[in-house]
Amino acid sequence: MAQLSRTSLRNRLGAAALATLAACASFTAMAQQGPIKVGMALDISGPFSGPGADARDGFNLAIKQLAGKLGGQPVEFLQTDMAGSPDQAKQLVDRFVQREKIDLFTGPIASNVALAVAPTLFAAKVPYLSNNAGPSQLAGAQCNPYFFGTAYQNDQYHEAAGQFAADRGFGRMVLIAPNYPAGKDGLTGFKRKFKGTVLDEIYTKVGQLDYATELAQLRAAKPEAVYFFLPGAMGINFIKQFVGAGLSKDIMLVTSGFSADEDIIGAVGEPMLGLFNTSHWAHDLDNAANKAFVAAFRKEYGGRFPSIYAAQAFDVVTAMDAAVKAVGGKVTDREALAKALAKAQFPSVRGSFRYANNHYPVQNFYLRTIGKNAEGRVTNKTIKTVLENYGDAFSSQCPLK
Amino acid sequence: MNWILVIEQLLNGAGYGLMLFLIAAGLTLVFGIMDVMNLSHGSLFMVGAYVAATVHVHSGSFAGAVLVAIAATVFVAALLEVTLMRRLYGRDHLAQVLATFGVILVADDAVKMAWGPSPVMAPTPALLAGPVELFAGLPYPSYRLVVLVAGVAVAGLLYLLVNHSRVGMLVRAGASDRWMAELMGVRVKRVFCGIFVLGAALAALAGALMGPIMAVQVGMGESILIPALVVIVIGGIGSVRGAFVAALLVGLVDTIGRAFLPILLRATLPPSVAADLGPLFAEVAMYALMAAVLSFRPAGLFSAKA
Repeated sequence: MAQLSRTSLRNRLGAAALATLAACASFTAMAQQGPIKVGMALDISGPFSGPGADARDGFNLAIKQLAGKLGGQPVEFLQTDMAGSPDQAKQLVDRFVQREKIDLFTGPIASNVALAVAPTLFAAKVPYLSNNAGPSQLAGAQCNPYFFGTAYQNDQYHEAAGQFAADRGFGRMVLIAPNYPAGKDGLTGFKRKFKGTVLDEIYTKVGQLDYATELAQLRAAKPEAVYFFLPGAMGINFIKQFVGAGLSKDIMLVTSGFSADEDIIGAVGEPMLGLFNTSHWAHDLDNAANKAFVAAFRKEYGGRFPSIYAAQAFDVVTAMDAAVKAVGGKVTDREALAKALAKAQFPSVRGSFRYANNHYPVQNFYLRTIGKNAEGRVTNKTIKTVLENYGDAFSSQCPLK
Repeated sequence: MNWILVIEQLLNGAGYGLMLFLIAAGLTLVFGIMDVMNLSHGSLFMVGAYVAATVHVHSGSFAGAVLVAIAATVFVAALLEVTLMRRLYGRDHLAQVLATFGVILVADDAVKMAWGPSPVMAPTPALLAGPVELFAGLPYPSYRLVVLVAGVAVAGLLYLLVNHSRVGMLVRAGASDRWMAELMGVRVKRVFCGIFVLGAALAALAGALMGPIMAVQVGMGESILIPALVVIVIGGIGSVRGAFVAALLVGLVDTIGRAFLPILLRATLPPSVAADLGPLFAEVAMYALMAAVLSFRPAGLFSAKA
């Protein structure tokens, strides 16, 4: 008797387990029929909050224009702040992948965060379109079919600035960047093109805001020019303190678009007049997609100009839209989705570009200077093209075809 | 290396040290005299910075902004003392750490609700935005000079208050032997409240002065709390004089670590290794100093209880 009841109990348990499994299976099936899910890990607070907030505005403008859909399919955009922290971002992405079962991912500003979340996404075959970070680690031997450096490759960006410094004939320069992957990539890239002497390379803590020590070193080193890569609030403080210390009379500042765009100009203002910087996008670039984007952005956000970060974020959502349309909304076929993304067939606000085999863009870089426009507003003006259809230094090491 | 660089870096180090002192002075008094571990001290610093930045932007007067910031922070601190800190005086340190850590979380979220998560860029007062020629070849940012002078002035006032006034006598008595002071008829509760509020005022002043040099953001209190705790441990808990010496030491060591260690490393090591090690060493220099001081004087440089 006891034997019997135990068997029946076991059967019943087995039946219950089966029922649960079946429920799970049908639930998964339902989830697959539900909306496409896009995970967005944002930098609304933390050291990259300025760029992060602009990126969010760029994302949201594109989402609004597409009426919350990608390729005509309903989409759930999951936006969460991770405060520029690799740990927090990793937890968030684990949740995105395991619980929300996201189909596409984007968001982090910083390269160290991008590197922290990438393995989880690659293992789950979730395409990651980077709206900013372009770490060298994912460009060469460790490139991945599910990673798209939609914006740029870090080194590449600073090579444009190095090219400008070389063209301009600067002899003695000091370079300064935060001590994190993008900072290392940045100065390595700059040195690849710069022909003069590098007197000193200064690496500061990420998020450092007081540059008194470094400015004293600049005063002592007496360079002709300084190349600084300090995104967000770091750059705002650096420029203000550089001017406050009276260094702007003798030393010329050169930077990339990151430290000379609308987010920084708004905070620093007039002291930035005449600053040269290089970038792959500018709000006065002459193409239809860009004109429509800049006009829509200014209308949506009270007349302010978009920054690079907003433009890059806008591009990412447009790229997703084109790829989802190309696969007919079947985002579960991840290989097809990744192939469609790699074609980069969308109207980018930077003008047309293509991806190299490592999924990093081959694109133009422009020289800009900060001046007053017709309305008397301090802003960037594009002068000329510095590098044309320019790829990165790592694509030959990438095994992808 | 030249003398101008050395002098400029020493000024920078002293400026940072004096700001640390303003925060550490309050912390060391609260911990030394009341035996209360108050982690939320950094939050008072943050409140001071936010209020000062906001008032400065809206009124255009920097001096007014500093005064309003101090008044507002003192009010918040008094509220905190009456509602929470009083219940913690008799408890053990773990309870105090837990409760005041909770205050940090509440304060950070309250600031986020009021000002938003993005940092506020506090403007430098227009009069002080440019450099001053200290002597030929060394223009120094005038705002940093004002901060230096303010730091030295407050340190002097605090010295007079603690060492040459009746209140100071009670404070010192409380710090060196609280039981005996109570038995001698010192009204400890009132002294406690006064000390707590004074500490808050100093933290608010530091926050208001640091705002234009750094960015005013959520979490700024926590990041300054760690060097401030290092300062009070090096200086000896409860000793204002110790906090002053230790704050200057930490400020100088931090600046020297960032300014001169990389140069030294580059002279002795291959450049790629030096570039990796330099920032790393600079970040740990302060802790190395603490370890060195504690191994010779376990109670700190000027322990109040010695």
